[in-house]
Amino acid sequence: MTPGCVITIFLLIGITFVPVGLVCLQASNSVAEIVHRYDIDCVPDAYRRNKQAYIKDSLISKKCIQKVKVQYHMKAPIYVYYELDNFYQNHRRYVKSRSDKQLRHGMKYTDSSCGPLERNNGLPIVPCGLIAWSLFNDTFGFTRGSIGIMVDRKNISWRSDREHKFGKDVYPFNFQNGSLIGGGKLDPDIPLSNQEDLIVWMRAAALPQFRKLYGVIEDDLQADETIDIHITNNYNTYSFGGKKSLVLTTSTWLGGKNDFLGYAYLVTGSASIFLSILFALIHVKIPRPHGDAAYLSWSRKSSN
Amino acid sequence: MKRFVYVNDESCGESYCDNRVSNTKYTLWNFLPKNLLEQFRRFMNQYFLLIACLQLWSRITPVSPVTTWGPLAIIFIVSASKEAWDDYNRYLSDKKANERKVWVVKDGIRGQIKAQEIHVGNIVWLHENDEIPCDLVLIGTSDPQGICYVETAALDGETDLKTRIIPSICANLSSDQLGKVKGVLECPNPDNDIRRFDANMRLFPPIIDNEKCPLAINNTLLQSCYLRYTEWACGVAIYTGNETKSGMSRGTAEPKLTAADSMIDKLTVAIFVFQIVVVLVLGFAGNIWKDSNGRKHWYLMYPAEGPWYDFLVIPLRFELLCSIMIPISIKVTLDLAKGVYAKFIDCDEQMFDRETSTPAHSANTAISEDLGQVEYILSDKTGTLTENIMIFRRCCINNTQYGDDSGDALKDTRLLNAVSSNEPDVVKFLMVMALCNTVVPIKSNDGAISYKAQSQDEEALVNAASNLNMVLTSKDSSSAEICFNSSKFQYELLDVLEFTSDRKRMSVVVKEGGSGKFLLLSKGADEAIFPRSNPGQQTKTYLEAVEMYSHLGLRTLCLGWRELEEGEYKEWSKKFQEASCSLDNRECKIAEVCHSLEQGINILGVTAIEDRLQDGVPETIKLLRSAGINVWMLTGDKQNTAIQIALLCNLITPESNGQLLSINGKTEDEILRSLERALVIMKTTPERKDLAFVLDGWTLEIILKHSMESFTRLAMLSRTAICCRMTPLQKAQLVGILKTVGYLTLAIGDGGNDVRMIQEANIGVGISGREGLQAARAADYSIGKFKFLKRLILVHGRYSYNRTAFISQYSFYKSLLICFIQILFSFVTGLSGTSLFNSISLMAYNVFYTSLPVMTILFDKDMSETTVLQYPQILLYSQAGRLLNPSTFAGWFGRSLYHALVVFLITVHTNAYEQSNMEEISMVALSGCIWLQAFVVTLDTNSFTYLQVILIWGNFVAFYIINLILSSVPTLQMYTVMWRLCSQPSYWITMALIVTIGMGPVLALRYLRNVYRPSAIDVLQQIEQTNGPTQTSRNVESATRIYLDQLLTDLRRNKGSIHQPLLSDSVASIR
Repeated sequence: MTPGCVITIFLLIGITFVPVGLVCLQASNSVAEIVHRYDIDCVPDAYRRNKQAYIKDSLISKKCIQKVKVQYHMKAPIYVYYELDNFYQNHRRYVKSRSDKQLRHGMKYTDSSCGPLERNNGLPIVPCGLIAWSLFNDTFGFTRGSIGIMVDRKNISWRSDREHKFGKDVYPFNFQNGSLIGGGKLDPDIPLSNQEDLIVWMRAAALPQFRKLYGVIEDDLQADETIDIHITNNYNTYSFGGKKSLVLTTSTWLGGKNDFLGYAYLVTGSASIFLSILFALIHVKIPRPHGDAAYLSWSRKSSN
Repeated sequence: MKRFVYVNDESCGESYCDNRVSNTKYTLWNFLPKNLLEQFRRFMNQYFLLIACLQLWSRITPVSPVTTWGPLAIIFIVSASKEAWDDYNRYLSDKKANERKVWVVKDGIRGQIKAQEIHVGNIVWLHENDEIPCDLVLIGTSDPQGICYVETAALDGETDLKTRIIPSICANLSSDQLGKVKGVLECPNPDNDIRRFDANMRLFPPIIDNEKCPLAINNTLLQSCYLRYTEWACGVAIYTGNETKSGMSRGTAEPKLTAADSMIDKLTVAIFVFQIVVVLVLGFAGNIWKDSNGRKHWYLMYPAEGPWYDFLVIPLRFELLCSIMIPISIKVTLDLAKGVYAKFIDCDEQMFDRETSTPAHSANTAISEDLGQVEYILSDKTGTLTENIMIFRRCCINNTQYGDDSGDALKDTRLLNAVSSNEPDVVKFLMVMALCNTVVPIKSNDGAISYKAQSQDEEALVNAASNLNMVLTSKDSSSAEICFNSSKFQYELLDVLEFTSDRKRMSVVVKEGGSGKFLLLSKGADEAIFPRSNPGQQTKTYLEAVEMYSHLGLRTLCLGWRELEEGEYKEWSKKFQEASCSLDNRECKIAEVCHSLEQGINILGVTAIEDRLQDGVPETIKLLRSAGINVWMLTGDKQNTAIQIALLCNLITPESNGQLLSINGKTEDEILRSLERALVIMKTTPERKDLAFVLDGWTLEIILKHSMESFTRLAMLSRTAICCRMTPLQKAQLVGILKTVGYLTLAIGDGGNDVRMIQEANIGVGISGREGLQAARAADYSIGKFKFLKRLILVHGRYSYNRTAFISQYSFYKSLLICFIQILFSFVTGLSGTSLFNSISLMAYNVFYTSLPVMTILFDKDMSETTVLQYPQILLYSQAGRLLNPSTFAGWFGRSLYHALVVFLITVHTNAYEQSNMEEISMVALSGCIWLQAFVVTLDTNSFTYLQVILIWGNFVAFYIINLILSSVPTLQMYTVMWRLCSQPSYWITMALIVTIGMGPVLALRYLRNVYRPSAIDVLQQIEQTNGPTQTSRNVESATRIYLDQLLTDLRRNKGSIHQPLLSDSVASIR
């Protein structure tokens, strides 16, 4: 561990990290992203005080139109995500409440891992468990003026999930019928492997703030364009103060918009360069030859 | 309590066990329960079992129970199969011994039975070279004198032949009669004393001699010895099976716990407490979150009213989540490591003694670290420091000293002339030399005579006598023949007054063949003989000779003789018979009777025997002392000889630089005053001066009785001590004193008298020497020569300690790392106790990914062996426990916390939003840990070999391969995850970031410390780097040595506060 060696290591780290950081930052900046929070805006003024009453009342229309202005040109494919915040998909009670066997092989394999939603009215539920039961059920449509923008809702889930995790001959059974606790319904005639919203939802998020893919827009969006988002605001996040947002974003080799890597690299790189300069300065100011007797005796004197 | 054995009586044997030997610990049926019970005695195992049981409750377990049951089962199976294998081998060897065929005689008929079928009272017939199947009382041999020879090496490790003799009443039995003889033996209940057997025997009619006849140990043939040089022998079985003396003395030694082990235990307890605190805090917070927040989250469907134990669920979940803080693998890893250290010692070619072809051996594989922490070495002198090859060098006969000029009396022409001119005093002197001993002459086929002796001194004397034309040609139990100047003399051997460590002398009574005179021949230590000398005789010149000889480091013996009146002898002989027959307190009574005869001895002269220092002893002692180890010499020899040897082997420094404080006195008061005086001098003398104290056994006895405390203080202050005239018990007592003060002691010795001390010390080292293997067998380590001790301590001990220090702390580090990540993760899961990692990853992380790379440390050397031996002072670091103590551990603790923060924060920030699914984040965090730990191990590895590179980076590659394979199994949760991650550039960029941010500060701090506040280890490493491992330039060396000396003295002065963090090992921080 000679000074030269250590100073070089830090210098090299700095020299590589700063450019990488710049590239990452550039990639992140090239992503055009629209984040639109709608959970409050979609509640009629009369219910602002009591959002729970609104969301639980099935007689009130949940339709809601939001206008969004596109800031930058967005090149297709544009990914449509819904984002939930303060929603604990990673809660232990929640994340464990599923049965992979049942999802793959059907009702016969219903087991206790689904508790507390294993059965309803004495019959097993397919798909069972809290995750499936609380399926997100807001829907989104997009129009440019009066012309609809196509959202491709196919292939939004992992292909491996469709092919190996969710059964082709497993059909929803005894699932909830859309009572107002939240949570979506499932078409009992479509096999689970084709219920892509469910498949996406069931890949539980590890953080309380997460995004899930809703669909892909295969159209470019022009800068300064205004689009209408047609939302059905069914999902109850009001009881626990969860936030719901809609996200439209393009993507790069590094993924979506995330400045963290870029900044982290820049900071680390600069700190390394700083350290190497600092070490070099100290080394010049107080030269301490490696394993040298003179240095040892010097060190001895200084301590006295 | 007595046992009555009826010879040749079937009914008698029934009440005692048969001769089935069983050394096994288990049977087929009790193996599982007994072994499990034994393993669960360990706290760690209890803890893990509790955790594993808690995991069975699915409500609270964050991961599958397999994560704990799996490793727990592996640990149990590994140690159980080791036990089972050992036990099976014991069973096999028992079986072999039990099914061996032996000849027995029943009612005159000889027959062969299995050894296990022998019953008490049976008469067993043995042939030459047979192993003795059970404890027998000898009743007949092929020898007309009724003696036979046995080799007792398996019992006491002594390789010489021992003579066994038939009891007098059986002397006249013919071999026919032997088969039919009936009688009764009265013997004590089975015990383990292989040197004592106080019994008697009476034969029934038709044998005429119906007197009670005393039996002693030399009438017995003990199990596991061998019959030698005797065509046949037969004996009565008295103890059988596991009740034999060898069976009773088998015992399992208490496992020794090293200082490093107990430190690890302490750290484990600390972590356990920390874990409980974390669990309570998080559990409490979790319950609060649940009540205040959790119920609002409808999708969690918390029931309004939970079961009564609801409040326990979250704390217990955290307990399970945090249970990995105490690494389940640490015990296995350390055991494995210790096994490897022991192998290193066994295979060390530089500790292979070429002269005797003995390799070093570690019988106890568990205590190598202690070698590196030794503070006191207590060494025997004879055979340990010296070669134990006794050579007769000088003598003083009739006030003339021989051998002074040439240093060899055998070449002194004056003596040779005296021999050839039959000078009477010289002849008597030589006769005592040749006769007064227990040496057995063995004539080989070509007529040459070789001597088998229990004591090396006796052998030296007999050999010297034969060189001076006084040849002991043959000897049996009752007669001896010597040949002087080619004329033969017959002597009848009447009695042997044996040597004991209390009497310090031995005598024989003989009847001269020609004249019929009764003679008492004595030899012994000067202080045991002179007081019993003929009052009229001048002993001044002899005393002077003794003084002079011991100044030269020679061992002296005084020889004397006395003519006995026939009547006097007869009377005495009766008393002696009586004393030898007494069943209790026999030894004491015999000593008393002997004492009465050994009076008025005419001193014939003094012999001086040289015992050369072993090769390399002075250098080794110097090295060990400069390594900060205090060396004490404990010897049975006399003070002058001991001091002389101590000077020769650098143990004490001659006057001006050194001072020898003698603690002695004639009365108790004097002794205690001299002790206090020594203590004061010891306290006030500046450190540079070498002080040592010297005392003898008697003084020690008084001091221990009256002033234990002062002595303990003296012992703590004194770097060197010479203790002479020590009994085996006192040697052990001294070890005990040092141990109670908390010092780590190493006892080294070679003879049976060192066994107690060796067993008492933290580390016992035996020299497989000439006094037999007894010490080596009892010891934890056996080496061929004293000089290997330096390698054992400085190289093996030091490396072992360093390695264990790293391995143990690293084990905690990696467990804490993963645990802290889990805890951090729990803050984003509503404190519900979700595990970020899946069960497979957790299990593999502990058992596989992190256990293999750390094994590289087993081959790591922080500096080369040459450097260590060149700068032995460096041992202080391990001696003072500087590499494994609470502060170094705090460093590792901090590092794991920091690394956990780095891994967790970077992972959740780079994999936010759409990439935040459980499987991916968990795998990114796990990879981050693997990357970090690979670099941590690399950074702390000082030497690189291919094996190390392969283990560290091979493990790294294996991690990816295994996870890619696991990611290809559709039924697993992590299906495709790893493939997905590996194809993302952001994953690799994240890993680079984790490593840089994780290791950068570690490297920077290490660098600053290394260069600007270096420890002595750092300095030496730097010197090695600059100058190459072996060539250290002279001037650098001397300057460094001065610096190191000062540094280390300063450190030593601060030994009270020795547990400074490694960071402050610098010069600056000392003041």
